[in-house]
Amino acid sequence: MKTILTLQNLSKNYGYVKAVQDLSFTIEKGNVYGILGPNGSGKSTTLGMVLNVVNKTSGKFHWFDGNVAVHDALKKVGAIIERPNFYPYMSAYDNLKLVCKIKNVSVAKIDEKLAVVGLLERKNSKFRTYSLGMKQRLAIASALLNDPEILILDEPTNGLDPQGIHQIREIIKEIAAQGTTILLASHLLDEVEKVCSHVVILRKGQKIYSGRVDEMVASQGFFELQTEKEDQLISFLEQDASFGTIKKEDDKIIAFLTAPLSAADFNQKMFNQGIVLSHLVKRKESLEEQFLILTENQSN
Amino acid sequence: MSKVLIYISFILPFSILILSSLKINFFGYFTLDLSETKIFEFPYIWHITTYFVAYFKIFFAIIVVFMIGNEYSNRTLKQNLIDGLSKKEFVLSKFTFIISYCLLMTLVVFIITLIIGMFNTPSQDIYFDTVFSSSEFIVAYFFKILAFFSFCLFAAVLAKRSVFALAVLFIVNIIEWIAYLLLRFKFFDEQTADGIAQFFPFTSMYNLIEEPASRIVRLHAPTNTIVTDYTLYWHEIAIAAGWIFLFIFFSYRLLKRRDL
Repeated sequence: MKTILTLQNLSKNYGYVKAVQDLSFTIEKGNVYGILGPNGSGKSTTLGMVLNVVNKTSGKFHWFDGNVAVHDALKKVGAIIERPNFYPYMSAYDNLKLVCKIKNVSVAKIDEKLAVVGLLERKNSKFRTYSLGMKQRLAIASALLNDPEILILDEPTNGLDPQGIHQIREIIKEIAAQGTTILLASHLLDEVEKVCSHVVILRKGQKIYSGRVDEMVASQGFFELQTEKEDQLISFLEQDASFGTIKKEDDKIIAFLTAPLSAADFNQKMFNQGIVLSHLVKRKESLEEQFLILTENQSN
Repeated sequence: MSKVLIYISFILPFSILILSSLKINFFGYFTLDLSETKIFEFPYIWHITTYFVAYFKIFFAIIVVFMIGNEYSNRTLKQNLIDGLSKKEFVLSKFTFIISYCLLMTLVVFIITLIIGMFNTPSQDIYFDTVFSSSEFIVAYFFKILAFFSFCLFAAVLAKRSVFALAVLFIVNIIEWIAYLLLRFKFFDEQTADGIAQFFPFTSMYNLIEEPASRIVRLHAPTNTIVTDYTLYWHEIAIAAGWIFLFIFFSYRLLKRRDL
């Protein structure tokens, strides 16, 4: 598989503060990556370093096969960092024309990409007249101008209203569906969970996990159960070898699996025992729960 | 807004045209006719226009400073770098813009000077040699404003905010004066002080076109003892060119080392 970005022991210190420490990971073509971490964990600094705006303290990184200068490699990348940055007194079209010039792409792309984000009819309005949602969509259009090998988004839904958040997510999903590699930095876990196949998790500038989302925690998932005969159910679950921890949350019983077991098989088994379930849901830990498990393990 | 300032900086030099054709009558007591002083004739006109028009450089200086300040405050500098512009390309593009303005401005001043000179010099004196003698002031003018705008560019890259950049320029100017006075009256004599001060940035720009007043006075009263060495020397251009290079080079170095 083609490698797009490689980081080797990349570090950044701001004075005594170690913003990023010894970070190594690779981005492969065709996947959707999430960089996760709480505020101040080094996500933006990491992206800043690979995007040529923050100087690294030590370590290495290279784009593609490493044969081109960083600023030339960036012409094949589309990136939005924090809030959308454009010349406020210029129209959307003129702003994008400037980007075309920097990236050496044809200006014919401008209308095409403005249509993707639904801003075509406002293309001659000055940037400063745009709402925040429109600005963010324009930023995405700008990042897409060169049909990038990889799209990098840093907190793309920050500060948007629910409608704006929804629009941006739909656009991201559309782009991901076309096979574009995406790197999405966010502290909103459900956002990452909805679109990403791979994650890199950072905490205090250090990597604590990188890999597939579904392999993050070795877990078989758990059942959420409800029944009239609670005591009978709990004593049965405690004797069964395929269940580990069992706890009661509100009016539901949560039973964690230690071995694979399908919901249908489990239901059949219960029925045979004479226990009728009024509620049965099999779930895996959400990314949020997995994230908390991982960060807890690390701090112990 | 910046467009207006650019237009103003182009139009103002033409005010000298008006001035040169003006005869001011002060309530009938006496008539001030500047053209009688010969300052609008070749070769003196080269010195006069370049010296006075150079004061209008402040308009474009504000544009340069705000242009860079806005790149920081709108974060378009950051976005341009992310889009694949290199820091070197960024500095060079701004420098190219400044050079283009300076070339155009020099051309404007050149044309204005020719017009004023042609109208005011007695026709029997208009020969190719007289017209273009002293025209080296045009070259001096070009280097003078280019050095000044390069300094503005550097100050703006350094200070990030436009207002602070203007403050930097102002402070450096004051420091130069204090340093010169100290050199002249406390440590050395006038000659040594001048020798050292000619390497200061603002002084090096000033030395390119010295004040024309004493030259004009001497023109009318040859016995006057105040002598200003107004000649344009190559080493003066070299010093100014050196500053231009340093300002642009350090703008680039500063930008390269900075996290945005």
